[in-house]
Amino acid sequence: MKANAPSLVASFGQARNGPGLLFMLPAAAFLLCFLAYPLGVGTWLGFTDTRIGRAGVFIGLENYQSLWNDSVFWLSVFNTILYTVAASALKFALGLWLALILNENLPLKSFFRAIVLLPWVVPTVLSAIAFWWIYDSQFSVISWVLMRLGLIDAPINFLGDATNARASVIAANVWRGIPFVAISLLAGLQTIPPSLQEAASLDGATSWQRFRHVTLPMLSPIIAVVMTFSVLFTFTDFQLIYVLTKGGPVNATHLMATLSFQRGIPGGQLGEGAAIAVAMTPFLLAAILFSFFGLQRRRWQQGGAD
Amino acid sequence: MTTRTQTPEHPIVDDNVGMDYLSNLPRRALTIYLPLAVFVFVLLFPFYWMAITSVKPNAQLTDYANYSPLWVVEPTLQHIRYLLFETSYPGWLFNTMLVAVCATFLALAASVAAAYAIERIRFTGARYVGLAIFLAYLVPPSILFIPLAYIVFQFGIYDTKLALILTYPTFLIPFCTWLLMGYFRSIPYELEECALMDGASRWQILTKVVLPLAVPGLISAGIFAFTLSWNEFIYALTFIQSSEQKTVPVGVLTELVRGDVFEWGSLMAGALLGSLPVVILYSFFVDYYVASMTGAVKE
Repeated sequence: MKANAPSLVASFGQARNGPGLLFMLPAAAFLLCFLAYPLGVGTWLGFTDTRIGRAGVFIGLENYQSLWNDSVFWLSVFNTILYTVAASALKFALGLWLALILNENLPLKSFFRAIVLLPWVVPTVLSAIAFWWIYDSQFSVISWVLMRLGLIDAPINFLGDATNARASVIAANVWRGIPFVAISLLAGLQTIPPSLQEAASLDGATSWQRFRHVTLPMLSPIIAVVMTFSVLFTFTDFQLIYVLTKGGPVNATHLMATLSFQRGIPGGQLGEGAAIAVAMTPFLLAAILFSFFGLQRRRWQQGGAD
Repeated sequence: MTTRTQTPEHPIVDDNVGMDYLSNLPRRALTIYLPLAVFVFVLLFPFYWMAITSVKPNAQLTDYANYSPLWVVEPTLQHIRYLLFETSYPGWLFNTMLVAVCATFLALAASVAAAYAIERIRFTGARYVGLAIFLAYLVPPSILFIPLAYIVFQFGIYDTKLALILTYPTFLIPFCTWLLMGYFRSIPYELEECALMDGASRWQILTKVVLPLAVPGLISAGIFAFTLSWNEFIYALTFIQSSEQKTVPVGVLTELVRGDVFEWGSLMAGALLGSLPVVILYSFFVDYYVASMTGAVKE
């Protein structure tokens, strides 16, 4: 693109920086004021004992020291990792499966594609409220169906028991995340030329071999990006937990984001809440780098192989 | 997306050899239609459950012995009436609409200018600014809300809609800019060159040449930004205190749930009505929505 840039435009070189900066101004103002500045403020707040309504003083690493010895914090770290790994893996597997199904020749294909995306479109909080009702301890429709089928005797206590609650919030998160993964991967699948599949099947490849050695390698760059976003969204999830369990029972589903909110806003300990948020960053970076480069490398390997 | 090949007439993915299609139908039904049906059922059931609950009379809501929970006898509009006339719900709808529209317009205006500057004016360091914008896209609201609450408080806009209108662009601008950069990149330089020869200013080129060509991109970015702002929760929960300033997601959760008495009918009606605007918008612009979602991922 750069090589094609005509010399006429290039000759405006000196005149570029002025209008360029002017055009950047609104976006830069917003992002500096409400993104970069808060990031700095957040880091600083993490080193203070600020409470709501009272300016704090610098206390060094005290917040981090108390978090280090705080079993609830470590439980939330464990929960966040469990939640991210389990939900992302399920979203990926089911999303890829759904994408492969939708990539077939189907009647009403675009209709299916449109309705499948609905869970992703509606506000998370509102669909989470529906899940709250579906997971009701007495009147859950899932319990009712299972009782009708004679599989269980008493209603399942979905959100009242630690293991059940974890599984339930993961299921709700997967429900919401599948459409994003599926539709994005479907867009990737549609760019794979059918002739490659054809060539592979002429060479006698089975459908599994075609999937494993043609579809998957062609898809891996987009898988890397989609899963990076998916991991990012899951790791920083707040809404679903806040609606369904508020971190309970006994902190069994507290994620770092919900713990940060609980300590910071209703608890009033802005400094400690900010410290938890800052503590999320290394995990977040690691998760992003892992999913991005971990998956990306495979493309390089495959690219280098031929 | 643009170089989408036409669907082959014989699905190559199928294992059928020759014309023996009919004998493979059961297999196809088992491997494709059955899983698809299960997926669609699971993905749509919560919506059905929301809808059916919101028209169920209270007596049937918890009486599973006499009524099947999956169906409704004598549907009622009492929950919706209660919601619309006895709670602040219409006000929340209005707030959400106002905040989402204003934030979307602010973000679009800022993003168009920024994307054009990065992609076409190519000022010194434009590439790095583009990269910074992408990184800004990866900063999640859940690590920003505490310092933002602090800042919003200092600016004296705590508990106002202005707080939301000004903070939502933080996650909208990176997304919209990134998306629009892709669209601007696809517009041929020659068109701008012609306009420059005719003596057009940068501003004229942007508004008269580039923008009309980037309308699909603008629609995509606008739709997506609107739904993102409509769905936003954590900022609205943190920055808004008084009932009449709340948005729908926050209002439904914090005001309709009182103590231990869950009014599931009106809660579900609130969730359903609050989802409708985005669903309607989405249904008109499915392709744009999908394009913006996948476009952002593909870059």
